[in-house]
Amino acid sequence: MKILLHSLPRRSWLTARRPLSHLTMATDPTIMSVTSSAQGMNMFQAVNDAMKIALETDPTAIVFGEDVAFGGVFRCSQGLQERFGKDRVFNTPISENGIAGFAIGYAATGGTAIGEIQFADYIYPAMDQLVNEMAKFRYRSGNQWQAGGATLRMPAGAVGHGGHYHSQSPEAYLAHTAGLTVVMPSSPKAAKGLLLASIRSKDPVIFLEPKALYRSAVESVPLGDYEVELGKARILREGSDVTLVGWGAQIQRLQKACDLAKEMDGIDCELIDLQTIVPWDAEAVEQSVLKTGKLVVSHEAPITCGFGAEVVAELQERCFWALEAPIKRVCGFDTPFPLVFEKYYLPDETRNLEAIREVVRSSR
Amino acid sequence: MRIPILSIHPIKVLRTPRHFSSKSASRASKNRSLSSARPLPQEEVESDWGTIHDYKQRAMIPYHPARLAPSIQERTSAAQEMTLSYAGTVPIPITSNLQLIQPEDDTPRGIWPVYRLMVSTHRRRPQNALRTLEQDGEIRDPAYDGINQPVLRPDVTTPDDVEDNLDQFRAFLAHAHPYQSDEIQKSGLLRASKYPYVDTNSNNTLLRAHRQIVRLRQMDDILLNAQRQGRISFYLTCRGEEAILMGAASALEVGDPVFAQYREQGVLMWRGFTLEQFTNQCFSNILDLGKGRQMPIHYGSRALNYHTVSSPLGTQLPHAVGAAYRLKLAGEPNVAVCFFGDGSTSTPDFHSALNFAATLNAPAIFLCRNNGYAISTPTSDQFAGDGVISRAPGYGMAGVRVDGNDIFAVHAAVREAKQYALSKNAPVLIEAMTYRQGHHSTSDDSSQYRSVDEVLTTTENHDPLNRLEAFLKKHDLLSEEDVEVMRKQERNDVVKAMEQAERRPPVPMRELFTDVYHDMPLHLQRQQAQLEAHVKKYPEKYA
Repeated sequence: MKILLHSLPRRSWLTARRPLSHLTMATDPTIMSVTSSAQGMNMFQAVNDAMKIALETDPTAIVFGEDVAFGGVFRCSQGLQERFGKDRVFNTPISENGIAGFAIGYAATGGTAIGEIQFADYIYPAMDQLVNEMAKFRYRSGNQWQAGGATLRMPAGAVGHGGHYHSQSPEAYLAHTAGLTVVMPSSPKAAKGLLLASIRSKDPVIFLEPKALYRSAVESVPLGDYEVELGKARILREGSDVTLVGWGAQIQRLQKACDLAKEMDGIDCELIDLQTIVPWDAEAVEQSVLKTGKLVVSHEAPITCGFGAEVVAELQERCFWALEAPIKRVCGFDTPFPLVFEKYYLPDETRNLEAIREVVRSSR
Repeated sequence: MRIPILSIHPIKVLRTPRHFSSKSASRASKNRSLSSARPLPQEEVESDWGTIHDYKQRAMIPYHPARLAPSIQERTSAAQEMTLSYAGTVPIPITSNLQLIQPEDDTPRGIWPVYRLMVSTHRRRPQNALRTLEQDGEIRDPAYDGINQPVLRPDVTTPDDVEDNLDQFRAFLAHAHPYQSDEIQKSGLLRASKYPYVDTNSNNTLLRAHRQIVRLRQMDDILLNAQRQGRISFYLTCRGEEAILMGAASALEVGDPVFAQYREQGVLMWRGFTLEQFTNQCFSNILDLGKGRQMPIHYGSRALNYHTVSSPLGTQLPHAVGAAYRLKLAGEPNVAVCFFGDGSTSTPDFHSALNFAATLNAPAIFLCRNNGYAISTPTSDQFAGDGVISRAPGYGMAGVRVDGNDIFAVHAAVREAKQYALSKNAPVLIEAMTYRQGHHSTSDDSSQYRSVDEVLTTTENHDPLNRLEAFLKKHDLLSEEDVEVMRKQERNDVVKAMEQAERRPPVPMRELFTDVYHDMPLHLQRQQAQLEAHVKKYPEKYA
């Protein structure tokens, strides 16, 4: 929807439109239309809006984590403590296992806990709580107890200068745990809807926010209360030649690769954003691959045992006879995430373009 | 012998008990209550069971026994240091006041005080390294057990035959030990419950605690043997720690969520988990509330507000903090209680949970069962500081160390801790000293790291059931025949429940895939269909 600049209220510098030359935002037709107006927001504003709505609509909801009280290191919780009080929006000591365990206990006693881990790279102390407790809370009790009200959100993914410990994407470690739901949005409008759906989900959710998109991705985000269904992938671009699957900030690079493939080689790509990593929408990808016969999976995380491996394994089992070429994965290398080599490490649009060309070239 | 149902009144000294000396009688007639007998500190919190003392004031009293103050209360409070030595642990000096040490007060000089219940006796105990304590369940005054300076109490004469009912017992306590006895007098264990307990058909809380401990022992013995016979795969007893479990559970309400480690089946039993439910979980049959997914002893009950046990150590502590915070925001008059052992205090979750509880002002009670061993690791290998309680001031929270084999002490500590936690929205750490009489579990043989002699001696001297039974027999609430009849009845009940549980059918296969998520996702539906087709094809392999 086109918004004429002069008809908008005066913007503050925080919400000012920034050049979007390196991003093409696709408006998602599947997000349900809302009656209230929309506003241009970047991802941290969308997340902030979602948490504000969650705190307004659910009196038991609390937001906590390291440094959330003043607004958060990425401003995602800006203004929440002033509005909702210190009881509901508060800092915790630096202890990720404490944050995760606290969220579980709060949720198990009937509340909605929105915990923040400052960077996804620091999720590992909480792995015992996530894998052994949160994921199994409902199952082991025979559905007597459940921790569905717990949501842990954290910034993840490359940011340009993050190095080893500010760039990781741990979705593969979490996806291997039965009982967890892992969600990774790729745009502000989806982020708000997915976060509200995650908070209200009856199962505990890990919400990975691509930190590179916090400020740079701006989209017209509806102001009202809406949700994007978990467990459903969205098809951002329809095509007939190759299926591309990705999630998070990688979608932006895949969009560019699709554009390049169209311009330079006339290849028509179908782009699928998984949105929910687990449980993931294998049916949507299967339908697409049955149509195109070729698949490229791309993610920032290292290739070995990354979630792309799961996508490939499942799709080859379902669509083997429909495949016209081997499935390719375009991922990070099996090294720690490097600082100065980030431009080589990340699977950028050029490497994806090469993969697209190769699957088309080698197809029957 | 019919056990009399007692009516419980608040203590009133109406007449001079005849076996007291004239001196004590005259003192008794002055109606020395606790509040008039000592100087009231400025800051005090009135509670149902008397006043919670401000340690700041009490800390003015010299702690060292060499500088004893003249009055009885002050002498008691700065009592002779006794050493309690459980096998395998560091000797711990003992004083005899229950004091919740609050975080803003000065750290006490020396080791933390331990709460013991003492009543005067004219007999002097021999000094030895492993002190023989309360063999007959008698409550003794520490002054008479002084190692170096036995202080005689000529004003109080111990009667040879102690009172034959609890009312007179209370009167005796009021005279002899107004300061310490206050705790026992007002003990919820000595109060009648509002409604009769279903399993004992009486209002008597103390007798119910005893019966439950007998039942718990029988259940532990029989199910342990069932594991040795191969009828269940695993079992874990709580032998020696029953006083902690029943004492704590009787001080709590069902509205207080319990986050247990795995050795707290007594708490669940107190709340009302039946023998059928226990055995159903151990045999993983169709009536198991946990649907057969976990090993035996991993009980859980939503109805009884007892969270399902998980094997990893210490993970339940941060949960308790979250639950306590929720209860605080909801305005519920309940605390979250979590139980754990000495080994779990080394885990990262222990540290995180205590730190969170103190900084976030969560009304949680952390109850550590210091039983001397973490499987084979004695506490001397587990921590170098003064046990667990010494960490409480580090986190800025209140705490107390109690004798975990003394059901009255544990009950009083938990009761007072709950009142403290609710009134101040602050956490409390309780360290209950006890001994793990059994093996860690059926997968353990403790004779490999501790002598059988140590176990037998400690059991003989410190067994909580023996102490409680001696106490009850002494006050004619119970006789040996009663106990024998009770043991037989409980044993029969347990065996019957076990045999029924063994015969019930197993949990159906479809429950393998349910409850992973709230709604079963597509991929699990597919996997379930695959498994069902496979089992249908080879039914004899999976029968």
